[in-house]
Amino acid sequence: MKKSIEDIEKIRAEKYKELSLRVDNNYSGKQKDILVCHGTGCTSSKSPEILGELKKILKEKKIENVNVVMVGCLGLCSKGPVVIVRPDDTFYSMVTVQDCEEIINSHIINGKVVEKLLCKTIDTKKAIEKLDDQPFYKKQKRIALKNCGVIDPEIIDEYIAFDGFKALEKVLTKMKPEEVIEELTKSGLRGRGGAGFPTGMKWNFVLKEQGEQKYVVCNADEGDPGAFMDRSILEGDPHAVLEAMSIAGYTVGANKGYIYVRAEYPIAVHRLQIAIDQEREYGLLGKNILGTDHEFDIEIRLGAGAFVCGEETALLESVEGKRGQPRLKPPFPANSGLWQKPTLINNVETYANITRIINKGADWYSSIGTESSKGTKVFALGGNVNNVGLVEVPMGTTLREIIFDIGGGIPNGRTFKAAQTGGPSGGCIPEKYLDTPIDYESLKEIGSMMGSGGLIVMDDSKCMVNLAKFYLDFTVSESCGKCTPCRVGTKRMWEILDKICEGNGKEEDIENLRTLAKNICKASVCGLGQTAPNPVISTLKYFEDEYREHVIDKSCRAKECKNLTMIEIDPEKCKGCDLCKKACPANAITGEVTKVHEIDQNKCIKCRSCVSACPFKAIS
Amino acid sequence: MIKLKIDNIEVEVEEGTTILEAARKANIDIPTLCFLKEINEVGDCRMCIVEVEGRRGFATSCITKAEAGMVVHTHTPSVVDARKTVLDLILSNHNRECLTCIRNGNCELQKLAQKYNVRDISYDGAKTSNEIDDKSPSIVRDQSKCILCRRCVGMCQRVQEIGAIESTNRGFESTISTAGDQSLNDVDCTFCGQCIEACPVGALHEKDDTNKVWRMLNDEDSFTIVQTAPAVRVGLGEEFGMPIGTNVKGKMVTALKRLGFDKVFDTNTGADFTIMEEANEFIERFTNGGKLPMMTSCCPAWVRFAEKNYPKQLDHLSSCKSPHQMFGAILKSYFAKKYDVEPEKIKVVSVMPCVAKKYESVREEMEVDGLRDVDAVITIRELARMIKARDIEFTELEDSEFEDPMGEATGAAAIFGVTGGVMEAALRTAADVIEGKDLKEIDYKDVRGQEGIKKATLKIAGKDIKIVVASGLANARKIMDEISAGKADYDFVEIMACPGGCINGGGQPIKDSKTRATKDVRQLRANSIYSIDEKSTIRKSHENPIIKTIYKDFFEKPNSHKAHKYLHTEYKEEAKYNF
Repeated sequence: MKKSIEDIEKIRAEKYKELSLRVDNNYSGKQKDILVCHGTGCTSSKSPEILGELKKILKEKKIENVNVVMVGCLGLCSKGPVVIVRPDDTFYSMVTVQDCEEIINSHIINGKVVEKLLCKTIDTKKAIEKLDDQPFYKKQKRIALKNCGVIDPEIIDEYIAFDGFKALEKVLTKMKPEEVIEELTKSGLRGRGGAGFPTGMKWNFVLKEQGEQKYVVCNADEGDPGAFMDRSILEGDPHAVLEAMSIAGYTVGANKGYIYVRAEYPIAVHRLQIAIDQEREYGLLGKNILGTDHEFDIEIRLGAGAFVCGEETALLESVEGKRGQPRLKPPFPANSGLWQKPTLINNVETYANITRIINKGADWYSSIGTESSKGTKVFALGGNVNNVGLVEVPMGTTLREIIFDIGGGIPNGRTFKAAQTGGPSGGCIPEKYLDTPIDYESLKEIGSMMGSGGLIVMDDSKCMVNLAKFYLDFTVSESCGKCTPCRVGTKRMWEILDKICEGNGKEEDIENLRTLAKNICKASVCGLGQTAPNPVISTLKYFEDEYREHVIDKSCRAKECKNLTMIEIDPEKCKGCDLCKKACPANAITGEVTKVHEIDQNKCIKCRSCVSACPFKAIS
Repeated sequence: MIKLKIDNIEVEVEEGTTILEAARKANIDIPTLCFLKEINEVGDCRMCIVEVEGRRGFATSCITKAEAGMVVHTHTPSVVDARKTVLDLILSNHNRECLTCIRNGNCELQKLAQKYNVRDISYDGAKTSNEIDDKSPSIVRDQSKCILCRRCVGMCQRVQEIGAIESTNRGFESTISTAGDQSLNDVDCTFCGQCIEACPVGALHEKDDTNKVWRMLNDEDSFTIVQTAPAVRVGLGEEFGMPIGTNVKGKMVTALKRLGFDKVFDTNTGADFTIMEEANEFIERFTNGGKLPMMTSCCPAWVRFAEKNYPKQLDHLSSCKSPHQMFGAILKSYFAKKYDVEPEKIKVVSVMPCVAKKYESVREEMEVDGLRDVDAVITIRELARMIKARDIEFTELEDSEFEDPMGEATGAAAIFGVTGGVMEAALRTAADVIEGKDLKEIDYKDVRGQEGIKKATLKIAGKDIKIVVASGLANARKIMDEISAGKADYDFVEIMACPGGCINGGGQPIKDSKTRATKDVRQLRANSIYSIDEKSTIRKSHENPIIKTIYKDFFEKPNSHKAHKYLHTEYKEEAKYNF
């Protein structure tokens, strides 16, 4: 049934009453909500079964006033599946189906927290009960992720309860397109897809374009390895993106929107489709939205897994059904985009900020962040860090805060070596810049970039040459092949890096890498090629000595490059237990039982089986 | 008009001009590789990059429009360095057998490498592909030479609208490929050969048949006859550095005699036979309610296109063989008998501006009484190579005439080489026959010119005859779609697969990107052809005395039973894909 403004307001008021316990820690009613994370990570570790089991037990035990709810990503993915009990704010981690009975019996029936499922602090191993007390959440500020982990993304009324469609209503009834743009401009919001272009300005370009037909596109082709910010937003709060696209449609004068999302995100696609269907049913997509003359509809377009389709013009080609190859700019999509019509294209996270800005105002938003970069940024924190997951922090937060305070530092007693921001297009940041407040400009200055928000932490077991090769490997296979520098150049860079890692590098290779990197950056057609050499450039800048060690000394200090590594037995530590000898598939180890063993370097294949087999840590 | 500065030179150009064109106007050459005017304007290769003051990164000069007040630098150290790297990279993934390459000396990549002094390849490594597709009788695709400029794709997709080739795979694995990665022989390729004309390197070329021809020439038992198509004489000179469109008929005949052919004849005479047969077939269809429109059938790429794409419309095609096939059949029958040569010993070599003719000559039905009409087809480029191989100083040669008894052809036959020419030639004969008189107004200007589709309605003997002339397969498709949809009421249609006709055929000398952008190659060659017609003493096929004699002595009359046996053929549906 089509809803009027009044209908929506009524739903909001009623539903909020029902759901206030989700956000109100002082809620004093009888109800409890058990929130089960249904992001991709938790889903893959069986959270749907946990949800089913909890429901089953509640039904069997005829317990009332307790709802089990699926919610979007809560962020702390490495501790998943995560279950929250509201309003108690209890944070249960690594829950299994077998734990469900205890959660109900102990927590729900007897009011006693299940101690063993609580997160422990990394240093003191003390259990922390409440979500708000977790160090992981302390420095975060959730704006784009506001509803993730709070609402059931498949129920539109829950979205409405938490200010859903309030922004759309405000825009449609009280604001002219120019006013929307002014608000966005004032807010200082910049594109979260990576380049950081001022959003208000982009919207204005499209508004100013003449033409009957314009389009609004959402770039949900999140392709950086290790990045899952956009996926989590779509999975946890799809309506926020749809509402923002509708606002964009109204503002720039477009009646049609496309979401280009990777087919590898089945849950996001599923929930998006449900959200679109529900909005159509409520008349929030279609004609005469909320009784106004605003018309807008959205279709999903599935990407087939090409990284380059995250590049906006390649994405447009792909939406049109063509081979995903970038177009040359100018003309920019704002002038000539989808089917040569003026097109607004923003990424998921950018859209996710829009309703918040409209509702709470540009002044509020611009009070967060740094001078040049306002608001928050969502990062997908991964690699050698304790708390792998999704974090949203105000711009200006330092890397150290993210990695050590929120991320809990480096596991296994190792030390921090570098952090890669911006995915394969970004750069490696060494320790000396850990205290740099993160924003678009500061990251660029130190040779990296914001990118879409991937943040991979590396400890001292990582070889920086091998790391550069790893990222190049990705861009080599994801280059579309259109322009020469990217198609052939990245391949040649990879080959040089491979040669160095294999121990066949020469000093001139380092110079060749520099020349190639410079010219690929400058001469490539699109952002993919222009940034592809960044991992090489930044590692060469900060870790050139490692390159030289590989090339001149033929050694790899991280012991990742097999040909440049010797595996040796420390005679001081060896007890002659013979386990290494048994583990060696190449029969390279000799030695009598109880006597010190030795490795024949000519036979050793550097598989490191002996390293794992040694109970005395005598081999390295 | 807008003004901009390029390398400190002020240039005034019209709005919409690209930086590249503006620079050329100021006599500054910016290198290009993937650029082919109006055919492939994609900015992929990155050779034409320039610096524009105030702009981030390089601008792609081949497609970036010049703007008023723009300050452009075309050869800064950083631009030159980037270009050299790009060349280095292209060459690193290129089969550098330049000395033995068919395009040695006429290769755009080779010229650039020379110009930019690329001596060592800094980044040698893996190669994308070494596959060679030489299954078809017409075109060879050598992937080891392909530089992914996509000029061939632009030609096949955007000009011809066939789409037999397209980029596949990603990144370094990208190749230009066909449906199912099959041979051109087995897909929807028509063998028009325009891709060869577009290719800047040796990745696409004609199937070389020169050795076959040398063997015939060296075989003492063979009686070798060479015939040359109407558009050969206006192209061949270019292979020897002569101005575009120069008519080198006399030198060509001399050269062919020097190569050792027993007889040097003119396909134009064959064309006069084609007109006799085709004009009369048309009159027959037109006056007796036959299948209309009748469509010409002398272009083998067009025939293959029709057989693959419009099998239900094949009865529109004239049953006439193409001129060189007709002529071959006549040589092995009438000529053999009259001049007492054993037909089995006759080897007919056709020199054509076309690679599809190679395919046509090996079509199963192109023989009479077990004797192939034509034994070998070589392109203009192959003939030039043969002449060079015998160290014949072509430009210095004296002129000579085609030999008797097939020597003199008409102006009508000469214009077969240009779009509209077959139509005009046929009309000259048809109009005379229908009206029963010797008409003096024989210049059908409506069908001349380089437009892709030309339509006209002519009044002959009080009747309206609606004609259409189309060149380029994209235009052919338009006409065929109209006919298939029953929306066409044409009477006579001429189709040539190559835009502009045989003067722009896939066997013509290859012109580089800059020449194509700055000179009207087609028009220059066409002008030369029309001037041959103008200077001809006989300009109507049916007035050719040789034709008259042979009909009298051998065929009796056009479309006779005997004429059908030697000069006509049939068509059949051809699967679009054979795999």
